[in-house]
Amino acid sequence: MKKEITATDVRIMAELQRSLPMTMRPFETIGAKLGLSEKEVIEKTRSYGEKKFYRRFGATLRHQKAGFKANGMGIWSVPDEAKRQELGEKLAARAEVSHAYERPSFDGWPYHLFTMIHGESEQEVLDTAKHMSEETGIEDYDVLFSVREFKKTSMQYFDHWPSVVD
Amino acid sequence: MDETDKKILNLIQTGFPICEHPYAEIGSKTGVSEEEAFGRVKSMVESGIIRRLGASFDSRGLGWTSTLCAMSVPKDQIERVASIISEYPGVTHNYERNHKFNLWFTYIAPDEEAVLKTLREIEEKSGYGPVYNLPMLKKFKIKVNFQFKEKAGGEAGK
Repeated sequence: MKKEITATDVRIMAELQRSLPMTMRPFETIGAKLGLSEKEVIEKTRSYGEKKFYRRFGATLRHQKAGFKANGMGIWSVPDEAKRQELGEKLAARAEVSHAYERPSFDGWPYHLFTMIHGESEQEVLDTAKHMSEETGIEDYDVLFSVREFKKTSMQYFDHWPSVVD
Repeated sequence: MDETDKKILNLIQTGFPICEHPYAEIGSKTGVSEEEAFGRVKSMVESGIIRRLGASFDSRGLGWTSTLCAMSVPKDQIERVASIISEYPGVTHNYERNHKFNLWFTYIAPDEEAVLKTLREIEEKSGYGPVYNLPMLKKFKIKVNFQFKEKAGGEAGK
C-alpha cells in the first residue's frame, strides 16, 4: 500500500504542496524553514518526481482568468467493451479534451467513457461534443455542466498522512 | 499578459526548474534576466493568474486511491447533502451538475476500504443513495496545462 516515505519526506512534500515561497531561491527558503540544506531539498524534490509521487512540478493556473471559460463533462456510452480502447483514444485526441477516462457503468448509468471538454462557452463545448460524436459514431452521450461549485481544492495529503517512520 | 508572460507560463506549467536559481533558468529560456523572470512570475501569482506553484501530487503515485462519485438527490436537499460531503478532507471537488445524477464529487483516501466506508457513511448521514462509485478503470489522457498561442517566432504554442 503506502510507499516508503519518511517523516522528513512528508515535511518536504507538505511544503512542495503549498505554493513555493516567492523568493529568488525557493528551495533554499524551504530548507531554511525545515532545517535542511538547499541541496538536500533539491535532490529530494527531484527524487519524488522520479518516483512518480507527483505528476508535474510547476504552475497551476486559474483557468477562468487565463481565458478558458467553460468546461463540461462528456459522458459516452460504449456498451461493446472491445471498442472502448479505440474510441477512448479517439475522444482523448481532441485538443479541447483535458482528461479522458474509462469508468464503470451500472444499471441506470450506461456510460463508460468520460471526457472533460473545454471551450470559450457552453455552446462551444456542446459543439465540440457533437463533433466528437460524429467522429466516433457514439450516439448515446451527454454533456454535464456544473451548476454550482460546493468545493474545489487540492488534496492535502501530508496533513492526513496515516503514519510515518524515519 | 504579454508575449513574455505567455512564454514563461508555457514553460513553467510543464516544468518549473528544480535547481538553485530557477528564475535564472526561466529567464535564460525566455530571453529576460533572472530578476525580470522573478518579477513577472511574482506578479502573476499576486494577480491570481497563477493559482499555485509547486508539485501536483498523484494519489496513485503515492499509493493512495481516488474515485469519482455520483448521487441523485432531490433538488431542495442538494445544499444539505453537499455540505455533509464537503466536510471530508478527502473530498476535493464537489459540484451540482445538470443531470438526474446531480451531485458529483471526487474522493481520495489511503485505500479502497476507506473509500467504501466513507461512501456508506455519506449514504447514512444524508439519507440518500446509492452513492455510485466510479473509479478510473483506464486513463486515456490527462492534460492539465494549456499552452498559450504565442506570436510567430515563439517556439512554443503547440
